[in-house]
Amino acid sequence: MTSTTTFEKHRESAQTRSSVALTINGQRHELTLDNRTTLLDALREHLNLTGSKKGCDHGQCGACTVFIDGQRVNACLTLAVMHQDDEITTIEGVGGVEHLDPMQQAFIDHDAFQCGYCTPGQICSAKATLEEIRAGIPSHVTKELTGPIELSDEEIRERMSGNLCRCGAYANILEAIRQVAKERA
Amino acid sequence: MKAFSFERAIDAAQAAKRAFEMPGSKFIAGGTNLLDLMKHEIEVPPHLIDVTHIGLDEITATDDGGLRIGALVSNTALGADERIRRDYPVLSRALFAGASSQLRNKASTGGNLLQRTRCPYFFDPKMPCNKREPGAGCAALDEGADTRQLGVIGTSDHCIATHPSDMAVALRVLDAEVETIDPEGRTRRLTLDEFYLLPDDTPEVENALSPGEIITAVVLPAPVGGTQRYFKVRDRASYAFALVSVALIEQENGEGRVALGGVAPRPWRRDDADAELANGATAVMAKLLDGARPTPDNAYKLVLAERTLAALLAKE
Repeated sequence: MTSTTTFEKHRESAQTRSSVALTINGQRHELTLDNRTTLLDALREHLNLTGSKKGCDHGQCGACTVFIDGQRVNACLTLAVMHQDDEITTIEGVGGVEHLDPMQQAFIDHDAFQCGYCTPGQICSAKATLEEIRAGIPSHVTKELTGPIELSDEEIRERMSGNLCRCGAYANILEAIRQVAKERA
Repeated sequence: MKAFSFERAIDAAQAAKRAFEMPGSKFIAGGTNLLDLMKHEIEVPPHLIDVTHIGLDEITATDDGGLRIGALVSNTALGADERIRRDYPVLSRALFAGASSQLRNKASTGGNLLQRTRCPYFFDPKMPCNKREPGAGCAALDEGADTRQLGVIGTSDHCIATHPSDMAVALRVLDAEVETIDPEGRTRRLTLDEFYLLPDDTPEVENALSPGEIITAVVLPAPVGGTQRYFKVRDRASYAFALVSVALIEQENGEGRVALGGVAPRPWRRDDADAELANGATAVMAKLLDGARPTPDNAYKLVLAERTLAALLAKE
């Protein structure tokens, strides 16, 4: 028997669904999912949390950016069943109409979007960018690996490079991030 | 994506044993490359073993003054580690030159070593690829193929793909070793040249891991000092794979080491090329790229590699 046939037989007979409890924006959800379900699909298709967007579905565009245990990741490139007991925060948990996060307000103030599709991911990454600089995590453009990190446009642009915007709102996104950085300083 | 069964491993030895018992299964850690490949159905594992809860997420000092990096340490955590930044800066630089923040937060040290090539023909299931389907042929070797990003040395008549990792290039210049455990519980350490296999007539076999064998750590020898640099040339300023990258360690006396990325199926380094460092980039590359077999589309990489090294050597 070829190995391919063995694999197909396994797929037919094996358990290909799993139960998982996901903690999202502080709320626990018990789910039984096909093992293939990405965290992004679990959020959008099973929990009706449609703020996180599916752009490329291959980790290249950043529209699906969420926080897992405080770190930004691409929700499209991780399996939901691997996140039992993790703390997940989506754009809905960052803030909403009644309680805007300062970064959301800054995006509005600076018109930092056009169609808005990439915006939830941009806002999650923008918040993470400032946190990562504050935590002293260097980037590709950081001059000295062991020195303080300057909050320059170059640093912000490099750290936002995992989020693509086809409308080209980058200049205003940069302004929005600078505003929040200034408010904090 | 093809359906698969799923389990969570409790430790590395058990993970190795389970992988051996389940032929075709794959370990999943960060998953940033594996899930991408599974979506394209380039990888079709019937079973996944989640290794994210087996420990191995720390960087610890070794008895001989080096560091042991657990296989599950994320690319961000490794690049940002104070000891790495201070004593192995070429490794920090290489890590932060790769991928995006989101991916580096998720990608693991072991997974980074095992990531697959980004050859466009490997990624296109409609095209023949000896890595995907041994014996199918190689679309990159067909007349008119787009080979601009592909390999110039260490390649074969069956495959001219490159290894895409930046991290591995820095590890090669630092003489790091890969530590593993097999299904019998035996551990071993491999240099990167022992770990990565050249394609020859079996390009589908990319490394020396035996069935079920799992990477547990990467071990760095004691710091070697010197001026350490990593320079990556790519099509855009950020978030792109290397056309050519150079990892360089230069000592005050003119001695040093050079490894290249983006040119070969593994990080590319030769002792006899290191020995030429004091004689300049042309002398180094005459040795390091000796035997290169570029295509008309990627011969530029030979010039680019030499000029990149020359530029680094000219820096104060």
